[in-house]
Amino acid sequence: MHGSRIPIWFFIGVLLTVYGVLILGYGIYETVSGNYPPQVQMTDLHTPVWWGGLLAVIGLFYLVKFRPGRSTK
Amino acid sequence: MLEFAPLSIAGVFGMMPAQLALSAAPLARLKPLDIAVIAIYFAMVVWIGFYLKGQSNTSEEFFMAGREMTAWIAGLSFVSANMGSLELMGWAGSAYQYGILATHWYWVGAIPAMLFLGLVMMPFYYVSKTHSVPGYLKLRFGEHARILAAISFATEMILMSGVNMFAMAVVMKVVLGWDITFSILVSSVAVALYVGLGGLRSAIFNEVLQFVLIWGGALLVPILGMMQAGGWSGLKSKIIANMHTDTYFHLWRDTGHFSANPMGVHWTGIVFGLGFVISFGYWTTDFLVVQRVLAAHNLRAARMAPIIGSFFKMAVPFIVILPGLLGLVLLQNSDGSRRVLVGEDVVKACSVNATSSGVEDAAACSAEMSKTRLSPAYQQKVLSDAPGSELHSYNEALPLMLVRYCGPGLLGLGITALIAGFMSGMAGNVSAFSTVWTYDIYKPLIKKTGSDSHYVMVGRLSIMVGVTVSIGAAYLVMHAHGIMDYVQALFSFFIAPLLGAILMGMFWKRATAPAGFLGLLGGIVTSVSLFVWVKLNPSELATVALSPDAKPMAENLYRALWAFLTSVIIIYVVSLFTKARPVSELEGLVYGATKLPTEEPVPFYKNEYIWAVLVVVIFAVLNILFW
Repeated sequence: MHGSRIPIWFFIGVLLTVYGVLILGYGIYETVSGNYPPQVQMTDLHTPVWWGGLLAVIGLFYLVKFRPGRSTK
Repeated sequence: MLEFAPLSIAGVFGMMPAQLALSAAPLARLKPLDIAVIAIYFAMVVWIGFYLKGQSNTSEEFFMAGREMTAWIAGLSFVSANMGSLELMGWAGSAYQYGILATHWYWVGAIPAMLFLGLVMMPFYYVSKTHSVPGYLKLRFGEHARILAAISFATEMILMSGVNMFAMAVVMKVVLGWDITFSILVSSVAVALYVGLGGLRSAIFNEVLQFVLIWGGALLVPILGMMQAGGWSGLKSKIIANMHTDTYFHLWRDTGHFSANPMGVHWTGIVFGLGFVISFGYWTTDFLVVQRVLAAHNLRAARMAPIIGSFFKMAVPFIVILPGLLGLVLLQNSDGSRRVLVGEDVVKACSVNATSSGVEDAAACSAEMSKTRLSPAYQQKVLSDAPGSELHSYNEALPLMLVRYCGPGLLGLGITALIAGFMSGMAGNVSAFSTVWTYDIYKPLIKKTGSDSHYVMVGRLSIMVGVTVSIGAAYLVMHAHGIMDYVQALFSFFIAPLLGAILMGMFWKRATAPAGFLGLLGGIVTSVSLFVWVKLNPSELATVALSPDAKPMAENLYRALWAFLTSVIIIYVVSLFTKARPVSELEGLVYGATKLPTEEPVPFYKNEYIWAVLVVVIFAVLNILFW
């Protein structure tokens, strides 16, 4: 892709960051309040916290690395 | 009512609906956070469409994404175009029924063909600068072969887009309880908007996005499932304890006879029917996937793209087959007992009467349930419609596992991945339709000399018209379910003969234009005839598949094999009696008559052959490991 254009990886970065922050935020709320959805299994692993965190980290990496204006090869 | 049959669009890869219990209560209820996650996805795809509009002004940009995709983008898009939601749900259901035998459709049914496309066929597609697979047929065999392939492909794309649309609406209805018309309208407006604005580039971007979403949304299920099952050994011992057989863990061991495995297939059908004809037909001649690779920015990227795709293709069973296997031991009823999934026919036979308690037809329901692994006590509960006695089909294995582990937010992400899979499937259908319609039908038959902007406008209009016709097709399928089978079969009719024509054209200088056209036509006629023959006389399945123990899955594999052979034999024989083109005219089209461009030397880690060897090694190890 041309460097002057927004690469697809930037859009992916935006989406993963937003999703990661939302899910991580909910996970923290869930953990702090102890209010777990009754039908969900293995809540003791606090999945939304680490999965949301992971999505946010990956998203931020792509967001920064492929931000518009930054020359990419 | 929908059912995911294990053979469909590409003969193998997509899982198409025919029946699914619409009347059942939704599997999941979304929270505001889930709705927000879904809404953000829709906002993102529309944003991408508007952003890319400015980069899709010429026909090369609109139809071929400017031929400037990197190997990674083309490769992910290539593999993603085949990762539809119905496929994921359907193959998870197949894994629940048949075990890892279903993995053949991801490994032997894909990997060799993907490597062959990248290393052997791609140079000819790429060097000839064709815009489409029918376009290659025009260059090699002339206008008749092109028109036959183009019309059949364009028709099928539109119908398949409608089937995708309807399938998505039904899955959303079953999983979430959403209104069918709402799902159809929202998805079609979004697809028309982003593909109409950004063309192939937009479709490719969204396929890459979908790829990320599917992994981000579905990967949790096997991770958490494996932890809960006690790892691979725990899963294995639990399945053997429950099912009293270890056939669920063998790819090849039980394929020596049709009756030795639950799928009713023989290794010859898997190797020659699936691994060669259907797989090569789909991955190397179906324009829907080949178009993604043609958009690569140079020949090396075009060759690398399918190789990159093949790594991910080999990994897909982790998020599809494994959840199906995990479902066998982990899914539970509301009382904590093990949940047994059943076929769609059982769910249908046991549908509940809305006006009175109990099922509508107790005798039929009882008869169907007696063929399943449901316990007698649970069967009684179903017959009396006791609370917590609902039946779920195999195809619901993946959504049920998703609901089991995903709370608010994560569930929305999983559902978004399913929606993205459906929508990019539709986008792939309409973008491929638009290209073939404009280049291979409109331009040669309706307006030969038009300006570049005229053809872009025709392409944009054809997307709008295509989506509108797809909506009509979706409603047609909704009101006449039987049509679904024929729409799916229609595509499989062309795959094998097209492979015969392309391979003979690409690798035999002597193949002539009349032979190419007649071979294509003869293969299609053979395929249709065999299909109709078995439809009218189901017992003839044994003849087509060469065994009285063969099941419908085997028929598809062998029908493709016969159609391919017919096509090849006709091309060979007719070529011997017709005048061949001079070799000088075959430059760029045929092996042995083409001087391939010399590629710049690159470090070993960028060399496609190195990566292809690695794929072959991993592929071999996996097959031996799960023999």
